Amino acid sequence: MDYSQFLVMKQELAVLVVFLLVFLYDTFMPRGAGKALPVFTTVLLLLATAAGFCSQCLGSSCAAEAFAGMYATSPVISAIKNILNIGAVIVLIQSISWAGSDSMRIRRGEFYELLLVTLFGMYLMISARHFLLFVIGLECASLPLAAMVAFDKNRYESHEAAVKYILTAVFSSAVFMMGLSFVYALGGSLYFSDLYLTVAAGGTSLMLVLAIAFVIAGMGFKLSLVPFHLWTADVYQGAPTSVTSYLSVISKGSAAFAFLVIMAQVFGTCYARVWEWMLYAIIIVTITVGNLFAMRQNNMKRFLAFSSISQAGYIMLGVIGFNTMSMAAMMYYILVYIFSNLAAFGVIGAIERATGKLDMSDYSGLSKTNPRLALCMMLAMFSLAGIPPFAGFFSKFFIFTGAINQGSVAIYVLVLIALINTIISLYYYLLVVKAMYINPDEPVVLPFKSTCSERLGLWITVAGILLLGIASCVYTWLLDTSFVSNFAAYFM
Amino acid sequence: MLLVPAMIMFCCGVYGFITRRNMIAILISLELMLNAVDINFAVFNRYLWPQAMEGMFFTLFAIAIAAAETALAIAIIINLYRSANNIDVHDLNKLKH
Repeated sequence: MDYSQFLVMKQELAVLVVFLLVFLYDTFMPRGAGKALPVFTTVLLLLATAAGFCSQCLGSSCAAEAFAGMYATSPVISAIKNILNIGAVIVLIQSISWAGSDSMRIRRGEFYELLLVTLFGMYLMISARHFLLFVIGLECASLPLAAMVAFDKNRYESHEAAVKYILTAVFSSAVFMMGLSFVYALGGSLYFSDLYLTVAAGGTSLMLVLAIAFVIAGMGFKLSLVPFHLWTADVYQGAPTSVTSYLSVISKGSAAFAFLVIMAQVFGTCYARVWEWMLYAIIIVTITVGNLFAMRQNNMKRFLAFSSISQAGYIMLGVIGFNTMSMAAMMYYILVYIFSNLAAFGVIGAIERATGKLDMSDYSGLSKTNPRLALCMMLAMFSLAGIPPFAGFFSKFFIFTGAINQGSVAIYVLVLIALINTIISLYYYLLVVKAMYINPDEPVVLPFKSTCSERLGLWITVAGILLLGIASCVYTWLLDTSFVSNFAAYFM
Repeated sequence: MLLVPAMIMFCCGVYGFITRRNMIAILISLELMLNAVDINFAVFNRYLWPQAMEGMFFTLFAIAIAAAETALAIAIIINLYRSANNIDVHDLNKLKH
């Protein structure tokens, strides 16, 4: 075997090295040194991210394959991994004060190890070109997450959330693998490239429709698309806030991209015949139901759970658009979504740590007691809702134009429905702003000082919200990368 | 014809997952579904594509993954039992309000 092909998986190796260093540090350093572990991990992952960006900028991340085509990478793939890396670093920064607390003393290391393993699994999932590797990546990404959801050992809610997560995760992967067995029956291989040819050559058999429906259902659970979203709100609410933010941005972003890869590289040729309409219906229901339920929530984490369901619907517009531009728009959307959602979770986490308050009614008068936190939250809400000067507006704009590029009348109708839903979503995002700025009630949350790491995390996310939209070079870079990549050859 | 047992198993699993109240029973139903997938792969490999062993290998990996999933689920259920003294899913409703 040619061992040099391992060098193709640079980013996976980087995460693996970080994992090993954290593991060794956690195991062999004296007990007192554990306090520094959060910072240690964050800095290491930051270095890995920087290395990934450097290798991308120097152009060394060209398209390559390893393990007889089971694993593939290209500029687009490493770009999306870099984006996820940024998100993971921000999550780590925000979780420093939580992980540094005394109650986490003996299990700090495990938190970081599990998190890095899930990141590794997500990378495998994105890069896999063979369904066996894909399933391993998928499980590697979702099983440790269940353990992370159950991390607050003394809190009942955490366990309840973890049970709901693990049972639905196993159910969804069983459904997904059932779909794979049908795909295997059709093609006799699990390589994406072989299956692509099979699907292209064959007609629309019942087996194919069933397989696609099962695969969409299985991935839909991971992405919390609507008929499969029922676990989302409970899990997001019960999990520790750092884990919730990780679940809602990184896990979702990677699953969305992996979904795009499967749909394009395996089922690309039966787009119009079979799955365009399935996805079409799912997107409409996802955006609408997510929005309607978000209006009724009082708990902030539950509220953001439903908001993230509807955001997943918007992200899916990048898949249904099915052209290179919509792929770039989807990556940009994920990047902006990472920054906006993490800003919101940063504020929620800070307030929860300081006061234990999580309800929207507790946020009334926040602008008087903690004006900076309220400002961050307002910017996050504006960006999630898509109000013009902020990044969220541009990401929505690009994903709509990307979808419309596909050209059919049905897509115009879909984008129109999504637009109307954007307006509906303004209502509930602004409810939070109203509570913080306009409600005349006595402030519930007293003034408190957020920790250094929380402030750093919020500075980064706010900078992202303000600059990503204006700095057009980011989107241009993603668009260029998408067009350069041979990935584009798989579309149409 | 050989697919019938696997499909029956899968459907039983889905039915059990939806109707059972005890979490261990739900886990057993999930196990049924995962094993139905394994049988499916083995059957397809043996009867449709016997020239390569890809389906069998997938089955092997799927078994290992199913074991990991069950171990983790059991651990979490035990944790829940310790804090709630109960593993009935109908009582898992503290998070809604």
